Amino acid sequence: MTRFVARRLAGMVAVLFAVSVIVFVVFMVLPMQNPAQTLAGKNATPLLVENIEAEWGFNDSLPQQYLTMMEKVFTGELTSYKPRIEIDDEIVKRIPATFSLTIGAAVIWLFFGLLLGYLAAVRAGGRLDRFLTGLAIAGISIPVFLLGPVLIYLFANQLEIFPNGQYVPFSEDPWEWVNHLILPWVTLAALTIGFYSRVVRTNMLDVMNEDYVRTARAKGLSERQVMTKHVLRNSLIPVITLFGLDFGATIAGTAIITEAIYSIDGVGNYAAEAVKKFELPQIMGVALYGSFFVVLMNTLVDIFYAYLDPRVRLGETASE
Amino acid sequence: MSAAPLLSVRDLRVAFATEEGRLQAVDGVGFDLSPGEVVAIVGESGSGKSVTAQTLIGLTRAQNSRIEGSVRLGGEELLTAGDAEMRRLRGERIGMVFQDPMTSFNPVYKLGDQIVEGIRAHRPDTSKQEGRARAVELFEAVGIPDAERRIDDYPHEFSGGMRQRAMIAMALALEPEVLIADEPTTALDVTIQSQILRLLEQLNRERNLATILITHDLGVVAEVADRVLVMYAGKVVEEGTLEEIFYDPQHPYTWGLLGSLTRIDRPRPRRLPQIAGQPPSLLDLPEGCPFRPRCPHEFSKCPQYPELEARLPDSPGHRDRCWLTPEEKREKRLVEGQIGLEAPR
Repeated sequence: MTRFVARRLAGMVAVLFAVSVIVFVVFMVLPMQNPAQTLAGKNATPLLVENIEAEWGFNDSLPQQYLTMMEKVFTGELTSYKPRIEIDDEIVKRIPATFSLTIGAAVIWLFFGLLLGYLAAVRAGGRLDRFLTGLAIAGISIPVFLLGPVLIYLFANQLEIFPNGQYVPFSEDPWEWVNHLILPWVTLAALTIGFYSRVVRTNMLDVMNEDYVRTARAKGLSERQVMTKHVLRNSLIPVITLFGLDFGATIAGTAIITEAIYSIDGVGNYAAEAVKKFELPQIMGVALYGSFFVVLMNTLVDIFYAYLDPRVRLGETASE
Repeated sequence: MSAAPLLSVRDLRVAFATEEGRLQAVDGVGFDLSPGEVVAIVGESGSGKSVTAQTLIGLTRAQNSRIEGSVRLGGEELLTAGDAEMRRLRGERIGMVFQDPMTSFNPVYKLGDQIVEGIRAHRPDTSKQEGRARAVELFEAVGIPDAERRIDDYPHEFSGGMRQRAMIAMALALEPEVLIADEPTTALDVTIQSQILRLLEQLNRERNLATILITHDLGVVAEVADRVLVMYAGKVVEEGTLEEIFYDPQHPYTWGLLGSLTRIDRPRPRRLPQIAGQPPSLLDLPEGCPFRPRCPHEFSKCPQYPELEARLPDSPGHRDRCWLTPEEKREKRLVEGQIGLEAPR
């Protein structure tokens, strides 16, 4: 198992390296324009462009240029030039808001996705199943940009139960932190709850037909033990993959619409802003940040997968 | 038989409602089973033998199934027992071994844990250590070497034969009185098959287990069974002792099964004999004897299905469902000097 983890981590480093090279090539090598000009932004003075050219070493060999760029990323010297702002700081500043939003939403969608999927599978074909199917389809179908405003209108403006967004740091006031995040959490989680509950239900119905479930019954386990220990546990394995990908992507910036609706200044917002203004250093920073979390989550999923399913660990001995 | 049997099955009928219609999977099966006895139920896929086995421990109970008849275990009626009652019985009084040891264990739990889980489901106050010790004991009893270490293996780390041994160990965990083995050797290769059969035989003898052996392979039956039931399309077509079935078979279907056995003490046939045609669909059974379309000896009485009854004066326990007279049978079952079934006309 240790070997397996070590290999996965090494793989992760390799993938991150590849991603950084791609970012470098896409933003620095491929464009026809002088990259210094792009970095400087619109209406930059020739002097600034010249300075940037020297700072980034655009006359050096490509590998040397790559190293310079990576050095800047890691030492926090990746800056926006107009005005001069350090990108790392800007991203780090927004991480608490984005993490609060996505982690909270992920907990909610995982919990309700599993619960509703489980209930639907156990009662497959019954009235509860049909009701939950309808609910799931509704959740999947309602777009975030509709659900968000509707929730704000109902719960913030009309009923005045929750505030209409904004972000309050946890360190400032934990209660207000939760209170402000409930609507964004629900908005962000609704689609995924619907989707996950369907996936869990389908997987469970598949697993219920497995021979080992019959064996479990033949041993005299109670129906609840059969369902949780054998059916649910085994049908979770594919869900973990999904969760890793979705969670990584959400952290990496797909929470952007929710952030916008609830005026939460998170990384997603920052990314949108970067693209709107075509700020190259900012875009690069966000791209590297996003890919880091996607790759990290994938690696964690692989490791957790091996924990859940011992057969995955088999590759460990087979290849050695 | 003098003593009351341990397990007594009477006129067992199992039907399933399917989208294509009502399917009578088991139609009037009955037999008695005493401690230390091995009853084999033989038939092709779809003959109802596995459904019979699973019904005995309530695994066919469902919204769409209808179960009639009587199954008594030590005087207690099982078909009308509540679900909780039935659950207590599984594993505790009736153990079950399934066909495919590759898929019959949950791949994500250690084998030892899967055994302990079954023990603790019935005896919740068993400690983890006690359960573990018991699992090691069971592994040793079924001949798994290095048991102490191997109970911490996952199913995929075992070979097929070892896995089936583990499956038997699990079925015996609570010392049941009845063991149902549903095609226990079908998924294994031939040398392993005979090892598993010898193990079952040994356990049957040592523990005085009452065993029900479900199989399609008369070769397996020949090694271990005391009594044999031959099933076809949900009904028993012939039953008798092992000797009666092998040396004086009365039903053409049994002849066909015997004829398709390969034997090492006979010259090798150019082509393995087989029973022509397919088993009928249970949704669309022919009138009368369901074996009629595949039977070369069909005649005018066959559109009526005969009762299962003794047709030989001196062996009252040997019963079959065929209209032919014993004399005709003795003559017709010989194909080139051996028992067999010729191709239909």
